[in-house]
Amino acid sequence: MSDVVRLEYRNVTMRFAERTGQGMLTAVRGVSFSVRDRELVSLIGPSGCGKSTLLNIGSGLAAPSEGAAFVDREQVAGPNAHVAFMLQKDLLLPWRTVAENVTFGAEIQRQPPAERRQRAQRLLAKFNLAEFSDHYPHQLSGGMRQRAALARTLAVDPHVLLLDEPFSAVDAQTRMVLQRDLALTLQEAGKTALLITHDLIEAVTLSDRVLVMSKRPGSIIDEIAIELPHRDDPIARRQDPKVSDYVARLMDRLGIGHDELEAMRGEA
Amino acid sequence: MNGAARPSSVQKGTATSVILLVVFLAAWQWGPGLLGVPPYIVPSLSMVAREFVHDWQVSHLLLHTGVTAGEVLAGFVLGSLLGAFVGYVLGMSPTAELALSPYILALQIAPKVAFAPLFILWMGFTVYPKILVAILIVFFPVMVNVLTAIRGVDPDLINLARAFKATRAQIFWKIEFPASLPPMFAGLRIGSTLAVVGVVVGELVGGNVGLGYLLSFGEGQANTPMVFVSIVMLTVVGGIAYLAVIIVERRVLHYLPARSFGGNI
Repeated sequence: MSDVVRLEYRNVTMRFAERTGQGMLTAVRGVSFSVRDRELVSLIGPSGCGKSTLLNIGSGLAAPSEGAAFVDREQVAGPNAHVAFMLQKDLLLPWRTVAENVTFGAEIQRQPPAERRQRAQRLLAKFNLAEFSDHYPHQLSGGMRQRAALARTLAVDPHVLLLDEPFSAVDAQTRMVLQRDLALTLQEAGKTALLITHDLIEAVTLSDRVLVMSKRPGSIIDEIAIELPHRDDPIARRQDPKVSDYVARLMDRLGIGHDELEAMRGEA
Repeated sequence: MNGAARPSSVQKGTATSVILLVVFLAAWQWGPGLLGVPPYIVPSLSMVAREFVHDWQVSHLLLHTGVTAGEVLAGFVLGSLLGAFVGYVLGMSPTAELALSPYILALQIAPKVAFAPLFILWMGFTVYPKILVAILIVFFPVMVNVLTAIRGVDPDLINLARAFKATRAQIFWKIEFPASLPPMFAGLRIGSTLAVVGVVVGELVGGNVGLGYLLSFGEGQANTPMVFVSIVMLTVVGGIAYLAVIIVERRVLHYLPARSFGGNI
């Protein structure tokens, strides 16, 4: 891991006009952090704390009210080819075959057809989808669809991947396999990633660092470096007894357990 | 999987359909006589068949059918193109939709066939008023379905394309347009049958050619079999139009799971 900063948020604040009335809603306030080259950083926090907003800012889909995001030291002013994102929904186009879906981004960016097809076939082979390349998305299982979506994200060869709960819609066993595929791929390809997740174990087993966000208006309240081996193999890392210590610490920082306790005390 | 059960249920359905057809034709042939219904009310099947042959040989049935089919085709194609075009424009421009929606709604509520006499006043006893009524009547189901489809595209899909730096044109051709096709075909199916309604009303109101004309001519002559022949031919024209849409739909939407088309044609 080098010290080159790939992705940086500098004092980012985002306000939205409230749907009801004229008030402004502050989604995130004064968020600053950076992700170094080849690093995988997870962002955890309660629902509605503005995690996805940060991701939209990083991908250039939304402009922050204050502050700025930087990719490779360049201020993000709109979508750019160095960043690709992946969501919980696979967003595969039903009228395209799996291979055509994988080349979707490359096609939009007008990469030469032969090159992008070759690249897609390589990625599909890597994700064990080669034999399904001419199938349509509805013929695939949820896990396979999500792998195809990951292949599509990688097919544009981005420097930075923004992942918004990419595996939260698949079953637990498939999720573990997908996590391993992701970790291995990122390691091999030397990619940098920001991962949003609700799954604390996922955050610990996949990341180099975990950032904890507060309730809305979201700000970063803690940063925990995960000092465990096997970042390229979350299944191996999962068996490390220290994982539960990290998870306990994250739970504590998120106030999981405390709130319920407070509420019960309040009622009593 | 009910792979084994399905063909048998299809076979059962087909067999029942054929039996129903035979029963219906038999009832048509002998029912009126048995019930004492006079032929000028309900002519028997064989009388209608004889009339068909006579109309074919003497009354230019093929010509009338051809003219009606041509008007249906022209009205359907132009109405669909116009409906799709307006649907896309309104779908992509919320301002235009807001500005135009009251007028579109008013025009949609107005019974389109009522415009037929007006169009004939404007354009005379030509094929154009008939085509115009068909255009007007086909326009709405296509436009509404396309508009709804464009509105219904998952914003995350658009964002995905935008994150890949897609241009507005790329978003349209690679996402919005293909996403609008299944609902558009649903609109086209409805439109294909409505086009026949529009044309036949136009022909009933004025003119001297087409199945609608033959229909009203038969009525004037108290020639009930000719009325029946006209109705049958109109049904054939509508059926062919509908089937044509289905065939194109299956080719274009080949990627959809088979069940999306349902058992009904």
